[in-house]
This record gives sequence, C-alpha cells and structure tokens, in this order.
Amino acid sequence: MRPIEYYEPPIPSKVNYINAQYGLKSWLLTKDHKRIALLYLGSITFFFFIGGIYALMIRLELLTPQGDFLQSATYNKVFTQHGIIMIFFFLIPSIPATLGNFLVPMMIGAKDLAFPRINLLSWYIYLLGGVITIYALLAGGVDTGWTFYTPFSTTFSNSYVVATGLGIFINGFSSILTGLNFIVTIHTMRAPGMTWFRLPLFIWSHYATSLIMILGTPVIAITVLLLAFERVARVGIFDPALGGDPILFQHLFWFYSHPAVYIMVLPSMGVVSELIANFSRKNIFGYSFVAFSSLAIAVFGFLVWGHHLFVTSQSVYAGMIFSFLSFAVAIPSAIKVFNWTATLYKSSISYDTPMLYGLGFIGLFTVGGMTGLFLASLAVDVHLSDTYFVVAHFHYIMVGGALMGYLGGLHYWWPKISGRMYPEGWGRFSALVIFVGFNLTFLPQFVAGYLGMPRRYHAYPPEFQVFNVLSTAGASILGFGMLIPAIYFVWSMRYGKRAEANPWHLPGLEWRTPSPPPTENFAVTPIVTWEAYEFAPPEETQVVGKFGPELEQI
Amino acid sequence: MQSWIPLVPDSASTLSWKVDALYFYLSGVTLFFSLLISAVLIFFVIRYRRRTPYEIPRPIAGSHKLETLWTIIPFVIAMTMFGWGAQVYFQQYKPPANAIEVYVVGKQWMWKLQHATGQREINQLHIPVGRKIKLIMTSEDVIHDFFVPAFRTKMDVVPGKYTTMWFEATTPGTYHLFCAEYCGMNHSGMTGSIIVMEPREFDNWLSGNAGSGTPASQGQQLFQSLGCASCHGQNGEGGRGPTLAGIYGQKTQLQTGESVSVDDSYVRESILNPQAKLVAGFGAIMPTFQGQVSEDQLLQLLAYIKSLAGGQTQAPATAGTPAATNARPAGSPTQNLK
Repeated sequence: MRPIEYYEPPIPSKVNYINAQYGLKSWLLTKDHKRIALLYLGSITFFFFIGGIYALMIRLELLTPQGDFLQSATYNKVFTQHGIIMIFFFLIPSIPATLGNFLVPMMIGAKDLAFPRINLLSWYIYLLGGVITIYALLAGGVDTGWTFYTPFSTTFSNSYVVATGLGIFINGFSSILTGLNFIVTIHTMRAPGMTWFRLPLFIWSHYATSLIMILGTPVIAITVLLLAFERVARVGIFDPALGGDPILFQHLFWFYSHPAVYIMVLPSMGVVSELIANFSRKNIFGYSFVAFSSLAIAVFGFLVWGHHLFVTSQSVYAGMIFSFLSFAVAIPSAIKVFNWTATLYKSSISYDTPMLYGLGFIGLFTVGGMTGLFLASLAVDVHLSDTYFVVAHFHYIMVGGALMGYLGGLHYWWPKISGRMYPEGWGRFSALVIFVGFNLTFLPQFVAGYLGMPRRYHAYPPEFQVFNVLSTAGASILGFGMLIPAIYFVWSMRYGKRAEANPWHLPGLEWRTPSPPPTENFAVTPIVTWEAYEFAPPEETQVVGKFGPELEQI
Repeated sequence: MQSWIPLVPDSASTLSWKVDALYFYLSGVTLFFSLLISAVLIFFVIRYRRRTPYEIPRPIAGSHKLETLWTIIPFVIAMTMFGWGAQVYFQQYKPPANAIEVYVVGKQWMWKLQHATGQREINQLHIPVGRKIKLIMTSEDVIHDFFVPAFRTKMDVVPGKYTTMWFEATTPGTYHLFCAEYCGMNHSGMTGSIIVMEPREFDNWLSGNAGSGTPASQGQQLFQSLGCASCHGQNGEGGRGPTLAGIYGQKTQLQTGESVSVDDSYVRESILNPQAKLVAGFGAIMPTFQGQVSEDQLLQLLAYIKSLAGGQTQAPATAGTPAATNARPAGSPTQNLK
C-alpha cells in the first residue's frame, strides 16, 4: 500500500468537534456541519422509531384476515402516518442530512459546507416541519394515505390533512437548502488537486441527489399548497364537484414523488460504492460509468412519473411513452450493479459489518429493481398496481436499498463520527438478522400481490393469510435486528474501543484526519495527488488479460 | 387455487393467460439475473476474501467493451418487456365493439351496477361466459378502482368522468371484486363478487331479475320529468336546443368553429356544464343540472341519448318489463343509495 499522508495537527490534540465546546447552546447554535449532522442523526432516529411503531401496528393488524386489532379508521391513519413519517422525515433526509452533511466537506477536503448558517437553518426548518406533523398526529392524525389523493384528501377526509400538509410543505425547504448547499460546496470548495474525476462516488451521488432536491421539491410544495387551497378555501382545482380534475393531482404529486425515490436511493448507492471499493481495496470498476449513471438517473427520473397512472384512464399512448422511459431509467441502475460486482473481481474482500450491508444492498436492490420492471411493463402493471406487489417492490428499494445503505454507511463512518468502534461481532450478527427478517417480511408480499391482495386493506380474504403471517413473522425479526444496532451504537459512544484516525486503513480524505475530526476538519488544507480509491500506485494498474488491448484506463 | 400455496390467482378471462405469460417471462428474467448476480457475488466474496491483513490487490482499469455489453443487453431485454407489455395493454384497454354494456357507479363504500337490460346489482355482477362485457364507470365521491384479479384487469373509477374497461370471462365461477384505490374508512369493505355463469343460466338469472326498466327507458322518463323535452323535442328531434336523435357517436360543429365528437364525456359535460361547448347556432340558454341529477341518472340519460342514435339494441320501446317492481326485493338497498 502507498504510504498515506495524514493531515493531523503537528502536536497531537485532544480537542475535536465533539468536545471543542460544551453546553446545549453550543449544539443548538453550531455552524459546524459535523455537529449539524449529529443533530439530524438524533432527530431522524426519533422519527424512524415512530415510523417503526406504526409498521409494527400494521403487521399486527394484518396477522389475521379480520380487522380485529385496530378499527378501520385507526388502521387507515396508521398506514398513512407510517408512510409520511418514514418517507418525508426519515428516508429523504436520512443519508444526505446525516452522512452527507458530515462527509461531503470532509471527502473533498473542505472546512465546512459553503453556507454553514443555511445548513443550521435547514435543520430548524426540518424540526419545525416535524413538530407540526407530530402535532397533526397527536391532534387526531391523518387518513389519506401518504399520497393524499384528491378529492378524498380535499373534500372527504375528516382528518388533519392541512396541518400534515403544512408540515411536509415546510420540511421540503430543508431539503432544498441542503441540496443547494451541497451543489455550491462541491463546485467551489474542493481542495487543491481534488478534480471532478477524483471525487469519491459518494460525492457524485450526492450531487445528483441535490439536483433532484432543488428541482423536484418545489413541485411537491406547490402541490400541497394547491391541496390546502381547495380544502380550506374550496377553490376548485382537483375536486370535480368544484370544477377540478382529480387526476391532475396525481400528475403533480408523482412529478415530485417519483424522483423522491431517487432522493432516497441515490445517496445509498453512493454509500455502497464507497463500501464496495474500500472493503475490497479496489478502485471502482468503471468509475465514470457509475458516476454518470447517477446523473442519468437524476435526469431521467423526472420523466417517468406517468407510470403511476397506468390505470387512471390516462391515454394509452401516454402510458406507452412512460413505460418506455421507465424501462430506460432502469439501465443506469443495472450498470451500477454490474460495475459493483465487477469491482470485486480479484480484490481483497473483508467481511466487516459495513461490507455485509454493502453486499446485502446489491442483492436486495437487484430484486427491488427487477421487480420494478414488472410495474413498468404496462399489461402486468394493470394487474399489479395498488396490490401488495407494489408494496413489496418499493420496500425492497427503500428498506432493502436506502436503509441498508444508510446502516452500512453509519457503521462504516461510526469510528470517524463518534471516535469509537462499534462491537464488530454484534454488528455482523445484526446485519444478518436484518437481512433475513427483511426478506421474510417482503418476499411473500410479491406472491400475495400477484394473487390480487390490494394494498391499504384493513381486512382481507382468508386465502391471503399465509403470506401475511410470514410477513408479520419477518417483521418481528427485522424489528429485533434493528434494535441491536440502536443499543450498541449508544453503548459504544461511552464504552466502545477508541478509534484510530484510520481504522480501516483507507486512502480517502476523511480518514486522513483524527477521529473524531477537529472542528476545522484538517489541520492544514490537503493537496490531493491521488485518484479516488487509489490503494496501489497507478503504475501497477492491471489490464484484464482476456479483454486485452481494447481496455482503456478511465 | 389448487396447490397449497398458489402462485397465480384464478384465471378466468380471455386476457388473463396473456398477462400470466408476460408475468412468467418477467419472473424468469428476474430470477435468472438475481441468481446470477448473487452467485457471482458469493463466488467473488469467497474466492477473493482477504487472506492477509496487508494485501493490496492490483487495480484493474475499467473496460468500455464490458460497459457497452452490460448496457446493451439489459436494454434489449427491457425493450422486449416493454413491447410485449404495451401490446397486451392495448388489448386490455381497447374498447371492443358489440360488447354488453354495464353501468357502474362507485361510492363510499359500495358498487352499484346496472345492466343494459335494467337489472340492478349491489357489490355483485352476474355475467355470462363468452361475451364481451364493457363497463362504463363513474364515482359519486372519491376515486375508486374496479379490480378483478381473476380477469387480470382493473381501472380507476373517477368522479366527474367516465372510464371504461372490458373483459370476456372464460370460466364459470365466483371471483373477487376489489376496490383497489384507497377510498377512505371502509375501503377494505368495498369488495364484492363477479359471478360468471353459463349463457343459459345467465338468461335464467336475467329473466328472474328484471329491473325497473332499462337505463334507456329510465333516461327517457328523466328526459320528460327534468324538462329536457321542452327544448330538445319530445323524442330528441330538437327545437330551441340542438337535436339529440342520431347525434351520439357523430361529430358536431361548435360555435367556436371547432368540431367535437359526441361521446360519453361530451354528453356528461353538456348536461352539467352546458355553456362549456355550445353547438353552433344555439344560444347559452340551458341551465346547469349540476347537483340536480345523480350519477345514476346521468348514466340513464346517457343511455337514452345513445338509444336515440339508432342501431343500438337498447331502444326505449323495450323498456319497463312488467316484472319491474316485483323483481327487486322490498327494502333493497338500491332505494336508499343516494
């Protein structure tokens, strides 16, 4: 391995970003991106816990075909709130606002994000949105589904639609500001020598994510605003009784909410690129293809919203165009999967917990992505839309994809973030439990879906029970698996082994400074002279014999 | 559902095996690639496990040839899925000629159906095998969705407009009808059954369940009682208002110079919002009937106007079978639907 150049202070110092200042005020008014990342980490964990309790209630209710655990009105609120909390307050901010906030400046060799005050503001906006949403839940909840379809949401629902909408509306601005901050930071604050093609792929995927956040989020804000206008002021926009068009809402909603899926999964893909390369000590195979496929996903992701409307009486020809584009957007994802797999060829693979999550991601994301093709395929979607097949598919993407990446990343960077090691044995054990529990929960739902079990059903025909029993059993294993890291992460903050600056022996910039890093990240500004994932000197680069002369170095 | 854990639902329409065939193709490709990726991953993970803590593998440059290969192959496979799916989708949603029409109104939380011959049903639909059935659907409140897994088809039922779907059942039996679009509190109770019968049985059922007149004849009565006849003529021949006889399915000239084809949605719009698309030569004198006619009545008026087009089998003259009032059990919920 090449000698790694560290940017540690000349005299070792015990001062880092965590103990640089004390007191509540030093946290609540901090402008340090690392501290703000921790504020986010605490708040999204809180929301994840609430969303998880709702998930548990859903699975308990569906254990039996009769609606016997919850009343139908309660059940409708529970699945609605599960979706709203998990999507808007956990998944969308999860990786960008915690790992991204912490690592984007560190990976490019910057002292902070471009706009530290805006970064803090975005957390407060998130918190305000969260508090308003929690108020709506406590005041009586909302029962429209996280999709808020009109005219049910504007005219017929007797629940706290406007308050919840307000929470989501406000929360959106925190996304926009985070995206803005990342784009400006990546453009302007890279360390000398950190060229675009030396950026870790984590940065590329956050760049692509930020584009979606800035371009897509205003649309959901407008949509929620229009919904509130109609609900409060009875301005006819969506309700046909007032002269509106209910399908228009679905176009607007999915114009944001489909790209929002990529807000959740692109950062996770960035994490997985880091995990695969670093835990196999290998440069990513086809770096530029992986980088540009993120941008391709971000761009094409805006053109496929109509595949949510194949059964709404949308024009058959529009359906065909959206189906074609949906198949097209699957290709960049496939390219990523192939390149990650090829990276492992003739590498040196360690079985540390983060790598287990990285490998798990590839398997689960492959299933999630391929089952997406069923739903992009028009004729099969007609049968499958609004069934449990859809539920299983998007959980494979959002939990199997986004959440696995988040957990993998959290383990990987935990030594840097906290300065402590997590217990490796427990880490591997829980990764395995989560993988098994997840698959047992959601694989049976594909079958139940094709058999015709509709989603959002409080009670269901008895022939579907076997699948629901399997799901509920899986969910309890999954929930148990999630509790283990929750416990040992907290435990490790005090009792974990102290982490060295570079416990994994990696070349990335974030590992060339102490753990936890000082407030200014690097004692001196790093000068980058190496490529991304450069474990060995470039002259050793091997050309795969079989493909001989056609191979080019990228 | 023969096996202990079935993998496909009952298959009971002319289209269901076509959807199943595509589904099996997709499943096959998915299984193949998921297993391939997993197998390669597991092989690499074992074969290239780290043997000594300080080993550094030689870096490998990427390969444009491989990248091209694994861009083109998935794209070609994806396009076969796209083409196949689009072809079957066309068949699913292309309205067939000479189908039996059934009117469907969804409301929180029940399905109201009326056959062209007048029979009304709630949460049940009796149909014969071997005949194409076309549903003309709308909703009184929120969006619902008419989903019959055994027929592999569904369509949203949207307030304020008519959507259509069709199927041709192949196997007698009783099949699930689900509302597949979340519609509020009792969404999961908005279910019913599709009862597919042999044609002769179906004819027996029809004659034993004659309704209170066909939709067209009920539409004709409404046409009189709502005062439509005073402007559009006793038999829709026109007057102060444009003629309605023979107009359905044709094109008509608007005041703006545009022409519009007279279909379900145009008729609906002209009743609820008459000023929107005025026929050339007529003034804006018709009042709106928004809020005065129910969705059921709108469908009946539509059926009447269709019957005036000629060539339709549902002429109002055949309306009102004698058994009309007796057929429906007393206290039937149809009475209290609104």
